[in-house]
Amino acid sequence: MSALLELEGVDKSFGALKVSDDITFSLPKGQALGIIGPNGAGKSTLFNLIGGTLPVSSGAIRFDGADITRMPASSRCRMGISRSFQIPHPFVGMSVYENLLVASAFGNADHHDAEAACRDILDVTGLLARANRPAGSLTLLERKRLELARALASNPRLLLLDEIAGGLTEGECHDLVGTIQGIRDQGVSIIWIEHIVHALTAVVERLIVIDFGKIVAEGAPDAVMSDPFVQEIYMGISVDDDAA
Amino acid sequence: MVWVNAIVQGVLLGGLYALFAAGLSLMFGVMRFVNLAHGDFIVTAAYLMLALVTGFGIHPAFAVLFVLMALASAGYLNQRILLNRVLGADLLPPVLVTFGLSIIIQNALLEVFSADSRRLNAGWLDTASFRLSEDISIGALPLLMFVAAVGVIAAMQFIFYRTALGRMLRATSDDPEIVPLMGGNNAHIFAIATLIASVVVGIAGIFLAMKTNFDPAAGPARLLFAFEAVIIGGLGSLWGTLLGGVILGVAQTIGAQIDAGYQILAGHLVFLAILVARPRGLLPKM
Repeated sequence: MSALLELEGVDKSFGALKVSDDITFSLPKGQALGIIGPNGAGKSTLFNLIGGTLPVSSGAIRFDGADITRMPASSRCRMGISRSFQIPHPFVGMSVYENLLVASAFGNADHHDAEAACRDILDVTGLLARANRPAGSLTLLERKRLELARALASNPRLLLLDEIAGGLTEGECHDLVGTIQGIRDQGVSIIWIEHIVHALTAVVERLIVIDFGKIVAEGAPDAVMSDPFVQEIYMGISVDDDAA
Repeated sequence: MVWVNAIVQGVLLGGLYALFAAGLSLMFGVMRFVNLAHGDFIVTAAYLMLALVTGFGIHPAFAVLFVLMALASAGYLNQRILLNRVLGADLLPPVLVTFGLSIIIQNALLEVFSADSRRLNAGWLDTASFRLSEDISIGALPLLMFVAAVGVIAAMQFIFYRTALGRMLRATSDDPEIVPLMGGNNAHIFAIATLIASVVVGIAGIFLAMKTNFDPAAGPARLLFAFEAVIIGGLGSLWGTLLGGVILGVAQTIGAQIDAGYQILAGHLVFLAILVARPRGLLPKM
């Protein structure tokens, strides 16, 4: 399987603070990858670097074989990189359906019938009944779904999900996981940052752990989560405390 | 009957004010951009029309086409080259830059066309009228202006709310930081909005040239009327801008009916009264 996304030695510093430190990984086409790590570890920054909202300090990012390190965010979106935000940012004055149409008009729009594609996405994400409501009137779950739907409307090949399950109830979270599994099964590659580990491991095949801007562990979800080092830094469980 | 006549004439005059204001309303609605040179752009369009028709002897229909195309391209380029650089969270830089533009335009017009007051002869349009009754007759030119204003507002409303271009403009107005992440180019979208506004400015300028005397310093007064129409109608509402123009026009003609000296003052007083009673305007959208 060839790589869809490759990061090579990516660094990002804000002054003396290094928020991404020598990040290197590659994502095969069609894979779902999870990223976990403590708050402030640099997970969202990594998305900003991949999506193009922040320039890298050094290193290289390749998408589908092309070097996109210096490419603006809008071009990356047109190439097929799409993201949802941790805090939903809908176009509040427009209807849910219009929100999707905007994304499909700008994005990687090689589908012939954008309106039909948007209706399908509303159906898949469970927003069809809300299609003509103003986006500003949606509940939190609906806004999270709209983030996902809008990211899908740009017809992505790589979907970046930033804590999309955060703040949802158990039942809502379960529904959302089902939706994301469906998207993965259609062949869209996914990178998902999430604190809710059981939601994440239901979808992803591989897990990366980031702490202080560095990749500290990587591998199959079970193996990574049972790694005592990961448990110590991520779960806040000290191995020594456990022993004691 | 004279009062009915004053109201009818005021409504028609309101069409011209709505044309002055429509471009401003769009710029402010989409980009939160206060263009202090708006009135001077209108006057420039008027001079361009005058120069083409009387100076170069071009047929008015071709002149109209040329003025609109010139304004459209100038508007797009002005936004891409100059105004996009000062857009941002801070409202002051655009105000300062367009204030400077206003001074430059006024002085350039003064240099080229002198300070003489000018007017474009509209031929039969100037004198033709329809007689409704003993005391009321409607001039062809004011009627045409009003119809044009309704047409322009309806067209802008259609573009804004019924087309993919309009969705793009509204999305950018809603959240300019998200649009680039969805593949949109803000600089281009803003320039398209300015292009549309500039075509409307061109239409307003052509009517200004035919309706009244104008001189290089006439811009700021047009800007004031335009602002008043936008604010009376409510920010972000295009039909509201038409309503605002009509209210301003009626207030002025009724004021003029009381005493010829009260025309402008009456318009400003009604504006202030509405600002006090409905600070967000009559049909606010934002």
